Amino acid sequence: MAKKINSLLVANRGEIAVRIFETAKRLGIKTIAVYSDIDAGAMHVEMADRAVAIGGAAASESYLVAERIIEAAKSAGADAIHPGYGFLSENASFARAVRDAGLIFVGPSAEAIEIMGDKARAKRAMIAAGVPVIPGYQDDDQTDEALCREAGKIGFPLIVKAAAGGGGKGMRLVDDAVKLNDALAAARAEAQAAFGSSVLLLEKAISDARHVEIQIFGDEAGNYVHLGERDCSAQRRSQKIIEEAPSPGVNEKLRSAMGAAAINAARAVDYAGAGTVEFLLGPEDEFYFLEMNTRIQVEHPVTECVTGFDLVEWQLRVAEGVNLPAAQSDIELNCHAIEARLYAEDPAAGFLPASGDILLFETDESVRVDSGVRTGDAVSPYYDPMIAKITAYGADREDARNKLVSALRKTVVLGLATNRDFLLELLTSDAFAAGRMTTRYVEARGVYEPSSISGDEFLLASTILFVLERDDAFQRSTGIAVDLLNWSSGAPLASAFDFEIENERRTVSLTPLHDGGVMIDGHEIEVAFCSDEEALLVIDGEAQSVFFTRTESALYIASETRIFTAMTSLAKASAAEAASGLVTAPMHGVVSEICVAEGDKVAEGDRLCILEAMKMRHEIAAPKAGPVASIHAETGAQIASGDIILEIGDLEKSA
Amino acid sequence: MTRFASKLKTGSASFKKNRADMLALIDKLNELNARAPALSASKAERFQKRGQLMPRERLARILDPGMPFLAIGNVAGYLLDTDDESKSIPGGTIISGIGFIGGARCAVVVDDSGIQAGAMTEAGGYRLRRAQEVALQQKLPFIHLVESAGANLLGYTVGGFVVGGGLFANLARLSAAGLPVISILHGSSTAGGAYMPGLSDYVIAVKGNGKAFLAGPPLLKAATGEIARDDELGGAEMHASVSGLADYLADNDAEACAILREVVARLGWNDHAAPAREREFAPPAYDPDEIAGITPVDYRTPYDFREIAARVADGSDLLDFKPRYGVSTICLQAEVFGRAVSFIGNNGPIDPDGATKAAQFLQLQDQAGTPVVFMQNTTGYLVGKQYERGGMIKHGSKMIQAVTNIRVPRLTFMIGASYGAGNYGMCGRGYDPDFCYAWPNASVGVMGGEQAATVMEIVARAQAKDALDEEAQKRLDMQGKMLTHLFDRQSSAFYVSGHLLDDGVIDPRDTRNVLGFLLETVDEGKRRAPCPNAFGVSRM
Repeated sequence: MAKKINSLLVANRGEIAVRIFETAKRLGIKTIAVYSDIDAGAMHVEMADRAVAIGGAAASESYLVAERIIEAAKSAGADAIHPGYGFLSENASFARAVRDAGLIFVGPSAEAIEIMGDKARAKRAMIAAGVPVIPGYQDDDQTDEALCREAGKIGFPLIVKAAAGGGGKGMRLVDDAVKLNDALAAARAEAQAAFGSSVLLLEKAISDARHVEIQIFGDEAGNYVHLGERDCSAQRRSQKIIEEAPSPGVNEKLRSAMGAAAINAARAVDYAGAGTVEFLLGPEDEFYFLEMNTRIQVEHPVTECVTGFDLVEWQLRVAEGVNLPAAQSDIELNCHAIEARLYAEDPAAGFLPASGDILLFETDESVRVDSGVRTGDAVSPYYDPMIAKITAYGADREDARNKLVSALRKTVVLGLATNRDFLLELLTSDAFAAGRMTTRYVEARGVYEPSSISGDEFLLASTILFVLERDDAFQRSTGIAVDLLNWSSGAPLASAFDFEIENERRTVSLTPLHDGGVMIDGHEIEVAFCSDEEALLVIDGEAQSVFFTRTESALYIASETRIFTAMTSLAKASAAEAASGLVTAPMHGVVSEICVAEGDKVAEGDRLCILEAMKMRHEIAAPKAGPVASIHAETGAQIASGDIILEIGDLEKSA
Repeated sequence: MTRFASKLKTGSASFKKNRADMLALIDKLNELNARAPALSASKAERFQKRGQLMPRERLARILDPGMPFLAIGNVAGYLLDTDDESKSIPGGTIISGIGFIGGARCAVVVDDSGIQAGAMTEAGGYRLRRAQEVALQQKLPFIHLVESAGANLLGYTVGGFVVGGGLFANLARLSAAGLPVISILHGSSTAGGAYMPGLSDYVIAVKGNGKAFLAGPPLLKAATGEIARDDELGGAEMHASVSGLADYLADNDAEACAILREVVARLGWNDHAAPAREREFAPPAYDPDEIAGITPVDYRTPYDFREIAARVADGSDLLDFKPRYGVSTICLQAEVFGRAVSFIGNNGPIDPDGATKAAQFLQLQDQAGTPVVFMQNTTGYLVGKQYERGGMIKHGSKMIQAVTNIRVPRLTFMIGASYGAGNYGMCGRGYDPDFCYAWPNASVGVMGGEQAATVMEIVARAQAKDALDEEAQKRLDMQGKMLTHLFDRQSSAFYVSGHLLDDGVIDPRDTRNVLGFLLETVDEGKRRAPCPNAFGVSRM
């Protein structure tokens, strides 16, 4: 039953919308984007043939409103809807409504989504199909009594999970019976809030387990294949950050066994389309069904790299009713691929999501980059803060890992906190290098603390600022010979720069050398190249490539080992504020605490509030003494650089 | 294109000797240049205690990083403060020069309060005045970072007091000429010094340390018996909120410097000057570093001036004017940093042909509007029956007339001998060139010391009529030695510059950069159209 897709609406945003459009365009399919108010200029909107506005910034007013999306599809003449991942992708009633509206839903049947979306039901179905599952409890009796009794049978440690859940929400690891009641209450509340259902299930916690998932495909004719596994053991907050294929812990025999189990799982629900069956793989090669994701996965690129197939194309073909383009015997896993998810988040603050403007975004051309943002775009607090997926493909695991490390070092995101340096640390850790990553590794290694600054940061920042300021002055002059840059008729003339880098304040004295380089604290720095966003500096003979961008108050710098922010214009900013009494945010951030109330009399230097930004808690101090005249910011609010936080009145007037 | 073909032999013994001699003088220059900064820096603790930046740190913060800076009067005051060559501190408690602030070329003066608390000296007054004159002539904003203990009463001279008033008049002239005067009050500015901020168009005062009063607490008590604290008498905060003397109040020196940069930026200064044409140019074909080996430190050894010009001009490309006529006076057309410039140099004394050649050449430059660079290395106009009869006086006068009255920028470099009327004809300081810099080997005087001694001996012999007895001969020898010493000591470049007779001493190898900077400065002045007014801006 062929139903040709001529026009495809993607009910999603960001990188996955962009990714799907790319395949659609290649296949000659007309592309239709939907967008919320704040996404009007987003990359996925710009690349689509048509775009339809569907409501407010909050997902609940736009990307989660099924009717608006179906309406948009009809008005734009789409004949299919691809849900991407997240949002409505695993919403059975959406799938149903799309098909009821006479449109093709690129995904499995509503029934399959429904069963797999209910973890308890799914587990029962898997038990029935003979797929190994983790010992646990997934029945309807949800009383504390029943849950505690069953927990006793399963044994500790165990995991409390929301039956309707996903993404780590409503999930608790309980290592002792006494903590169970609290965990149940917390998980219930979270599950209710996140999924509208407080039904919980219990599972034995498998220690030292890998997260291994099998990519499967089914078609309407009942053909099934698996495309091997992905290892997603590197996780933080129960969310994947590094994925690879094949898994270092899976051999050919295990792969066949897991693949067969995954196909069994799919067949049990008459699955058609792309699906992922997630397993926990224990240290003795024992594996247990975790859940099945009934959509394209974030990490599908690693499978595409090692199989050579375009999974989105397969999805569209299957949705058109065409049989699978390959049989199991045609599928081989070649070489190795590793993907890292680059997030706007603060690893040092428990991976707190970050938002703000991306002042500069550069990636390495040698690897696959899936991204939905560009320099100048913003990461909004409304959606998932993933900036890009960086996927390296190499002859073997070590080759892929080295390529990914090299590419990440050249990946630059400036303007907001990211996990780049954390990813680099993880990828270069012994555990990852040896292929011994487990799902609890990140948690077990404790709070991430970026290595303290070495001092090189000040060298880089001052050299870059020197060149920028010099070239700016040069541009604004009425014309001098470049030969005279760095020249003085007597001894070289020093320049001074004040910086604050990760809470350390320093004044750097820099002496220009007439050969174009500079001297700082006995270090000779040659400026081999410097554009307005990229520089090659040779510090004491060692070359360093850096990217940077500058705002009025900060210099954002990415070296190959560290992304950091150097606050500048300290003297000027404080002088202006001291004069006006206006206290403004030095950078984008979240007001985490306001320490004063209106009417309070503060002395100069008193702590006024704390702004969380760029991995740091910035104390904002009173620029002058006086009464707090008015407070403009709210605790918890996201504010932009330059926004007024509060105002301090004059001392005389208040006296 | 006429690339000069150098005949210089860099492997020759004379080259090596010249170079060694010159490098020794350059070392001395560098050593002199380093004296004031070192002395000033030794007071760092005192500044730190007061929460202040050192004078050079202030300069570092107001100037654009990496943009060029030309010092004015770097050796000023050498041997003026003391006769002891090893103890004299050049600079006169002032740092001054031309630098850039936000791309705007400015005349900048910083009181070096690390030395004698910035008290005004004769040399300091000279540097201040020269910076003001340069600002007026070249149409530059005038920036002054003030912190001065005032005039040193122990060194009081009535002449200094009366003439010193001109420094304030200059501020009024600058303001009226549409050239903003901007000052930071970093420390005290007492009595006459109080008119520095008073006559500034913009005043930034530093909280706590910045003070200005006509009479500080001691003088006030002496004059009227009134007892007052200095902050209520003239503190920065008082001036910012009560007297209105200060326009901007800064928390500290660094903030004051940041505010000053912003004040200058908001002038939109370069919106009032047509941008310079983009110029492409080649470096000299011969290394400017070789200049050190060309010039014999003893000016009596002749050499071809073209060898110097070839190491200053773009591509060593020189057009020789009348090369076969008045052959010891060299007139060259060239470019430096892509800007047209004409050189007059000397391969020996100026003869009547040389004088007329120069006079014509000067008038041609005036007609073309090309700046003229005088590179003095002459023992003067030729004397003798042949030359007197040939009209040396009138031809020399013609040249002096042209030198004086041409309307194009004149830049003088004292690169060797500067004797007699040669100093005049080659645009010595008395002829008010736009700028006048010296090489450390330069030698200046009405005549050489040896000549002076010989002249006096001849005169004495002529008066004695008879042969001199032994004692008279001894006296004469003594007098000769004295005269030689008197003339020669005063002729050295460091002495001349120390006595405020030029704009400083430079490394000869850096001449191209200095000249290029000056050409850009005078050219920018010509392109600039400030907004003058009749009386200057009044402080309200």
